[in-house]
Amino acid sequence: MSSASGTRNSASKPASTRAKPANKAEATADWVDGRLGIYSLAKANLRKIFPDHWSFMLGEICLYSFIIIILTGVYLTLFFKPSMAETVYHGSYLPLNGIKMSEAYASTVNISFEVRGGLLIRQIHHWAALVFVAAMFVHMMRVFFTGAFRKPREINWLFGFLLLCLGFFDGFFGYSLPDDLLSGTGIRFMEGAILAVPIVGTYIQMFLFGGEFPGTDIIPRFFTIHVLLIPGIMLGLLVAHLILVFYHKHTQWAGPGKTEKNVVGMPLMPVYMAKAGGFFFLVFGIIAVMSAVATINPVWAYGPYRPDQVSTDAQPDWYMGFAEGLIRFMPGWEVSVWGGHTLNLGVFIPLMIFPLVLVAIAVWPFIESWVTGDKREHHILDRPRNAPVRTAFGAAWIALYLVLLVGGGNDLFATHLHMSINTITYAVRVGFFVVPVLTFIVTKRWCLGLQRRDKDKVLHGRESGIIKRLPHGEFIEVHTPLAQKDLHTLTAHEQPKPLELPAETDENGVARKAGVIAKTRVKLSEGFYGEGNQIAKPTTEEYHEITSGHGHH
Amino acid sequence: MSHDMSENLPEAHGASHGTDVVSHDDPFADPGLPAHEPRRTDIDERAAKRAERQVSLLFVVSMLATIGFIASYASIDADKLVYIFPLGHVSALNFALGTTLGVALFCIGAGAVHWARTLMSDHELPAERHPIEADDEVRNDVIEQFKTGAAESGFGRRKMIRNTLIGSMALVPLSGVVLLRDLGPLPEKKLLHTGWNEAKPSQPIRLVNMNTNTAMKPEDIIQGSLTFAKPEGLEESAEDFQQQIAKDALMLIRIAPEDIKDDKSRAKGFEGVLAYSKICTHVGCPISLYEQQTHHALCPCHQSTFDLADGARVIFGPAGHPLPQLKITTDEEGFLVATGDFDEPVGPSYWERPR
Repeated sequence: MSSASGTRNSASKPASTRAKPANKAEATADWVDGRLGIYSLAKANLRKIFPDHWSFMLGEICLYSFIIIILTGVYLTLFFKPSMAETVYHGSYLPLNGIKMSEAYASTVNISFEVRGGLLIRQIHHWAALVFVAAMFVHMMRVFFTGAFRKPREINWLFGFLLLCLGFFDGFFGYSLPDDLLSGTGIRFMEGAILAVPIVGTYIQMFLFGGEFPGTDIIPRFFTIHVLLIPGIMLGLLVAHLILVFYHKHTQWAGPGKTEKNVVGMPLMPVYMAKAGGFFFLVFGIIAVMSAVATINPVWAYGPYRPDQVSTDAQPDWYMGFAEGLIRFMPGWEVSVWGGHTLNLGVFIPLMIFPLVLVAIAVWPFIESWVTGDKREHHILDRPRNAPVRTAFGAAWIALYLVLLVGGGNDLFATHLHMSINTITYAVRVGFFVVPVLTFIVTKRWCLGLQRRDKDKVLHGRESGIIKRLPHGEFIEVHTPLAQKDLHTLTAHEQPKPLELPAETDENGVARKAGVIAKTRVKLSEGFYGEGNQIAKPTTEEYHEITSGHGHH
Repeated sequence: MSHDMSENLPEAHGASHGTDVVSHDDPFADPGLPAHEPRRTDIDERAAKRAERQVSLLFVVSMLATIGFIASYASIDADKLVYIFPLGHVSALNFALGTTLGVALFCIGAGAVHWARTLMSDHELPAERHPIEADDEVRNDVIEQFKTGAAESGFGRRKMIRNTLIGSMALVPLSGVVLLRDLGPLPEKKLLHTGWNEAKPSQPIRLVNMNTNTAMKPEDIIQGSLTFAKPEGLEESAEDFQQQIAKDALMLIRIAPEDIKDDKSRAKGFEGVLAYSKICTHVGCPISLYEQQTHHALCPCHQSTFDLADGARVIFGPAGHPLPQLKITTDEEGFLVATGDFDEPVGPSYWERPR
């Protein structure tokens, strides 16, 4: 339909009242808007403001590595055969020639040697998975240590947490698929862990494996879970996560012009489309080069899985290392219960601590908001030092995680550092309890020290490095007073007061008892914000007193 | 554009942005957004032109790298190895494809970011936030609407409908649960026995060396090393070989009878040759490390250590009980045989395991 006839008819027909589009692109946009309402959507988002800080890129790395995993994963499904049917290998990788193996293993070897570029895509897929989980971890730490999880973002914190957990498991299912000697050993470990579940363990094992270990069902079943079930859930969570990020708008650091009521930054179009869009290519490019130069999971070197064979240095991918640590340092407690039943605590307790370690960090936002009684929205980030208990808890959690990671690699530490494996394991047993506590104490004191330094800087200025000799011979270092923007930034944080128990008697003089929960809450609040647990911010009076005429020193 | 929006910001203290003059009433007050500092490319057209050329150059490099990718794909053999310092011998195709793809992608990203940082506006703009919570009017209106809807449905009033609906909704997922029944068989006594259960005193089963696939005599088991064995008749070509070997695998050692500390263990062996299950009692890894001086066997997965001279007692690590031992003897031709099963289940323990 020509535009001329369209104009003529518009008078007679009750058509759109919209002005004539200036060009083809506008006409197309108008057409789409008439069906999808894109203008209203774009009005709020096209020039949406994003604040600029390097730590906000961490979430982007997660998103982009997830996209890379999906792209490369789809490619791999074109060649991978998720089958445990037996086959004899006759391919170009000669060391395996004539060896009996499963179709899954044979097709993985073929992807690596027969399909041109197949090895590259396999390695990108695996590297991207490692980067994905690592980025989720660091992103979560960023959100944790800056208090970005506070209202209104608690639900999004949980979405992110679920993505992390699902990422763990999908990684495990993924690296189990090639059915090589290493990954088969991982599945065997999982089978042993399932058998340790009281009462229903053997049933779960039989139903999961379709019979006794290893059977012929586990790889096809893992395949469906790995490529469909978990990624599907993750995609849904990811979209919800991003919608909430847009809806809540970004958090921002305190600074001049930044308040709880605004967000300062640059618009999505063009700056962040170029920066964030470009960043996808940077992440993809770097992972591609990693996959070109660094071999990952060379399954051809491990050989096909046999339940009676194993290699030394059997290690899971790093994110499962803490679970491995739990299982390795646990004493082999096995008890008899209910007349002849076996309770394998040596495996079952680690199996229960594993989710507890994760849940401990997931529920922190709710514990913190309960202790502080804070019901307000927070969009200005905390510097970690200004929330010493939170920072110390996070550091203790990381310390626990690292102790378990050391436990999971005890054989590597033993062989590479020439230490006794028994000593390392005993040290991990002690460290599991001691290291997080020590880390908590040290981190908290460290935070308080940094708070004192900030206070000092605000009141006395910054050390200039210039030494001045006074007329009477004394040497002093000249301190430069801070600019107002810096003074504001360093004093912008809030310092809550600890909660107090209600008076023991009410207004009529009737005794009133606080419950255990209320008392705990007050105790915790005292621990968070009480005397000695935060350094009082400098006041205007202190500042004026020091800066009025006495020089800065 | 940024300047006319700055009135949305909190009161700006003093127009002298970015100077060191401190306002004396409240030194810590928010001075407002600092003034925009122009970049070199904002004021110097030549610098801007240079940045433009740099961005374009990156995009051109990306194009060349993609051409290089396609050329590598077409020209390099999949099995060609090349020596590249410091990587060593690597697949030439994988290296070429990965680096060209990496450069092609990275340069697009680097170009876009460089473009954004040097040539696109870097004026910081504030946007207002609005509280997530609805105001009371909206809230009360919604609650009212919900109550109207609920009342019109009669859900609360017609209890019989409500209860039967809840009942049917609670039952219908059971169909899905029932459908899962055929995922696998019931455990029954499957984990209790191994392939050695076929052996009877009248029909002993020979122990076959895993590597040579031949029956063994006691003198074939030498002191100081582990020998792996399987039951005669279990061939690698068997359909259920993996499942069988996961339970039947044995490790044989020879210990001088006087060094065997456990009497029961010595009796199950034959002239110092002992046959233990190879499957670790922790989570089922095959045990493969043996210390000949101490007769300790170590599982390489989680380092459970068993003293094979003392009934495979656990001396270190997370395993909860000793490795099961298979009673062995010799047949009339002098070959090592088993005449029955292990007297306890092999592998990791489980709830129904007798204890």
